[in-house]
Amino acid sequence: MQQLDLDRQSLREVNATLQAQSDHTNQPMWEIVNPKGAHAIACGLDADLDVTIRGSAGYYCGGMNKRATIRVEGSAGPGLCENMMSGVTVVDGDASQYAGATGRGGLLVIKGNAASRCGISMKGIDIVVHGNIGHMSAFMAQAGTLVVCGDAGEALGDSIYEAQLFVRGSVASLGADCIEKEMRAEHLERLAALLEAAGSTTDPASFRRYGSARTLYNFDIDNAGAY
Amino acid sequence: MERTPRTHPVKSWTFDDYTSSYIRRAAATGIYDIRGGGSKRRLPHFDDLLFLGASMSRYPLEGYRETCGTAVTLGTRHAKHPIELDIPITIAGMSFGALSGPAKEALGRGASAAGTSTTTGDGGMTAEERAHSTKLVYQYLPSRYGMNPDDLRKADAIEIVVGQGAKPGGGGMLLGQKISDRVAEMRTLPKGIDQRSACRHPDWTGPDDLEIKILELREITSWRVPIFVKVGGARPFFDTTLAVKAGADVVVLDGMQGGTAATQDVFIEHVGLPTLACIRPAVQALQDLDVHREVQLVVSGGVRTGADVAKALALGADAVSIGSAALIALGDNDPALEEEYRKLGTTAGAYDDWHEGNDPAGITTQDPVLAARLDPIQAGRRLTNYLKVMTLEAQTIARANGKSHVLNLEPEDLCALTVEAAAMAGVPLAGTSWIPGTTHGDDI
Repeated sequence: MQQLDLDRQSLREVNATLQAQSDHTNQPMWEIVNPKGAHAIACGLDADLDVTIRGSAGYYCGGMNKRATIRVEGSAGPGLCENMMSGVTVVDGDASQYAGATGRGGLLVIKGNAASRCGISMKGIDIVVHGNIGHMSAFMAQAGTLVVCGDAGEALGDSIYEAQLFVRGSVASLGADCIEKEMRAEHLERLAALLEAAGSTTDPASFRRYGSARTLYNFDIDNAGAY
Repeated sequence: MERTPRTHPVKSWTFDDYTSSYIRRAAATGIYDIRGGGSKRRLPHFDDLLFLGASMSRYPLEGYRETCGTAVTLGTRHAKHPIELDIPITIAGMSFGALSGPAKEALGRGASAAGTSTTTGDGGMTAEERAHSTKLVYQYLPSRYGMNPDDLRKADAIEIVVGQGAKPGGGGMLLGQKISDRVAEMRTLPKGIDQRSACRHPDWTGPDDLEIKILELREITSWRVPIFVKVGGARPFFDTTLAVKAGADVVVLDGMQGGTAATQDVFIEHVGLPTLACIRPAVQALQDLDVHREVQLVVSGGVRTGADVAKALALGADAVSIGSAALIALGDNDPALEEEYRKLGTTAGAYDDWHEGNDPAGITTQDPVLAARLDPIQAGRRLTNYLKVMTLEAQTIARANGKSHVLNLEPEDLCALTVEAAAMAGVPLAGTSWIPGTTHGDDI
């Protein structure tokens, strides 16, 4: 395993080294030591790498990741894996607000809790949170799947488009145009696959599904109270 | 029987014909008026300023013999590769979706031939506009539609859009009529729905966060390209100060005459500052931070002529940006299409229902039949001509004021025709040394 040390190397050096790796590298395994909450660690990667961050990361860890597997042995600050395209990120601890924001693909696993606005404007990413999520999560979520093994805060899925939400625990409240939906076999199958990929043994049958009522897709003055 | 004389019927100034029609339309539809473009009201503007020219106290340059430079470089503060432009006029961000494919291509062709940049919009970068734009600025918007690191790295600059002049504090709007299959796919939205994008970025709040966001974007693009921050004309002194603090290479400042693809008329006409009122506070902020000319200022919103360009530069801008004017150059609101505009219930010069997608000029539409009306090569040529004319005009004015480069124009070359313009632009009222708002006119 190759080591990068943020005590001895600049953020630019660390990211440039990882960004320079191609799929043909014989050094796919990397660790970053002494992250100490630094921002923008391991962002913009675009290769089949396996990067472990030995500690907690600051803002935008793994931003816009493509294909790499990123492991955070700690917690992550705001904007974790924002606009992630593909690959996998696993955070052992908690994630701050906006985790997985606008993500377009890949799998984000948060083994602790996620703060507010988890999955905001998500566009295809799959997010599995082993714990709870904060308020306004999945706001304007367009596509992808958000799985919450714990509880969800207020206004879940406000103004949601076509993303799918699965919550095992309580939902403090649903946002505008977000409703509970029937859990069919294909949803259980999808949920089971995501839970397995995220290392969760939670029973898929114990979840409830939420999504868009699609009543706000085209403006109607009689819906003005919902805006 | 003799008729009693009566006074002439008088319509109310308060309830004039337009206002009454507004009330009747609102009552009939229950929906606020949505339209494209910028503010249409009469505002203090560049027309209210004049250049003084040269005489005994200033030495002019020969109009056709002595060089007057027009090249500008944007993004010199941090980027490895700043944008080098031949002219100080750029094309503002306009999305594929709001505009047709041929219109975007024409903008790229026209700007490239004139040696300047064009800009993407809400909805991402299309392969066509990248191919036809030698210098392309990629907008990073709250919606993040189509955002991906590959396109980000193809850009020559990144413009983080905090707001725009037509609707500072408002998000994008693209109604269902224009959400075609391709637009829907680029934006990851169902076809035919009304798209109302967010007014705030989803993953940062405030200038402290923005500083870190800029760091992330620089890391992803290897610190290669400049980062612009675009703000609507709201609180230009503070907004410019905070953008610089956050690390912007370039501040783009858009006044309320700046156009939009679609938003509420009440937003366009009642929120924000006129462009003229924005420039001096922004320049003051840059000067206070000792970064004027190091962090470049691009001004947009109602720039139409070379005189407007010269006036904006004289007030301290490094470049201007045009959107509505560029569309007119392509063929928007052409009187030759008057018959078709009348069928749409409007007239050439007033057509602003861009959100409905029925543009007979083929510019603000996603209808393939209408879009095919616009020849991107010819339209691009018209835009090139227009950009060159504006540049020549700005050079003419600069030479007349004794300047060997358009960026050498300065506020001292200007006077104002109205008290309002004098106050906003910070230049003396014509024939006086009085700048409203300053205590000592004698200091001029």
